[in-house]
Amino acid sequence: MIHLVDLSWKAGSLCRDEYVAPVARIVSAAGHPYREIHFSEVPPSGIADADGIVLCGTALKDNAFTEKIQGLASIRDAKCPVLGICAGMEAICLVFGGRLRPAAEIGMTDIRVTQPDPLLGEPRTFTAYEVHSFACEPPAGWLVTAVSDTCVQAFRHPDRPVFGVMFHPEVRNDLVVERFCTLCMKL
Amino acid sequence: MTAEYTGMKLGVLCSGGKDSWFACGLAQKKEEVACLISVRSKNDASYMFHTPNVHLVPLQAKAAGIPLVTVETEGIEEAELADLSRAIRLAVKQFGIEGIVTGALMSVYQATRVQRICRDLGLWCFNPLWYTDPNAYMERLIGSGFSLIITGVFSAPFTKEWLGRAIDREALADLRRYVKTDRITLTGEGGEYETLVLDAPFFRQRIIIRESETEYANYRGVLRISRAELVPK
Repeated sequence: MIHLVDLSWKAGSLCRDEYVAPVARIVSAAGHPYREIHFSEVPPSGIADADGIVLCGTALKDNAFTEKIQGLASIRDAKCPVLGICAGMEAICLVFGGRLRPAAEIGMTDIRVTQPDPLLGEPRTFTAYEVHSFACEPPAGWLVTAVSDTCVQAFRHPDRPVFGVMFHPEVRNDLVVERFCTLCMKL
Repeated sequence: MTAEYTGMKLGVLCSGGKDSWFACGLAQKKEEVACLISVRSKNDASYMFHTPNVHLVPLQAKAAGIPLVTVETEGIEEAELADLSRAIRLAVKQFGIEGIVTGALMSVYQATRVQRICRDLGLWCFNPLWYTDPNAYMERLIGSGFSLIITGVFSAPFTKEWLGRAIDREALADLRRYVKTDRITLTGEGGEYETLVLDAPFFRQRIIIRESETEYANYRGVLRISRAELVPK
């Protein structure tokens, strides 16, 4: 079961339709069952029985999750692969001790993969959809796997399958989510 | 006494077609739709705002009982965005909206530009139909009390007979067939067709078309509606 975490300011918001549902569609189409959960409902002990966890994005103006980031502390000890998308990447960054800085990108953007990555593939440049106001200064020791002219576009934990992407793969880059699902089933 | 919280005040960008009205219905269920915002383009080729019967949005707004903010634009690419920004600022001033709702399905072009305007104005931006499943969406649309017709066709294999045709189950089956045979998008997202909503579950009255004429040649045509009115539901 892939768990999709809704990071929007309230459960069942219009953001859920925009940022969680498209990811759910890709996961489902790839043949994987999924369950949605709002971040406020994530138990302190973490999400049990997950094959994978995706922290989805939220609206440009929605930073409520950063004020309640302690509620996601259990991500640090997740036993399964974790993927953070946009706000989800920001959440992972904060949970693991990284920092955020203001940096906006909106629209299709060139992404340069800087080293081979299980989700992004070999080094190359591709275009992806961006909607963010902040950028990540990755936690110490994390691998930066893709960049744009503005900021870090993807990182991963040095030892564990914990990934973050700043772009929105659910728009024109489904393969990133599909690869993550495949990885979840292998581990 | 504390006023009851009725949700975030939102303005819905409305072209008169199915996507903006369905998005409006979704927004009404979760927040407060304070007004509609309509941009009337004089340019038939406008990337952002071209729809054949945008002049009927005021009638739709009346049917729904939702205030409307309208501005006109010459429809010059990019410059028309300043007119959209003006319309949104007007809606902020008149209705105190905190965010915008669009019916964007997959158009990165449109979504990007509205997102940027909202950011510049400090507003929320919601696209509740973003990358929604086309089949499920069309089923929900016709299964939930929306009445809509096709008012513009812009690609093969649409014949003249499609102009004014209701999108019902039979039409949806034909559209699905065209997806396979002619590679159209089911929702018309590729610009293959345009729609006009005549009734919605939250409309207090429905729209009847009294006078119209068609212009059609080589798989391109529009239904120009010259007279329409509201009738009880």
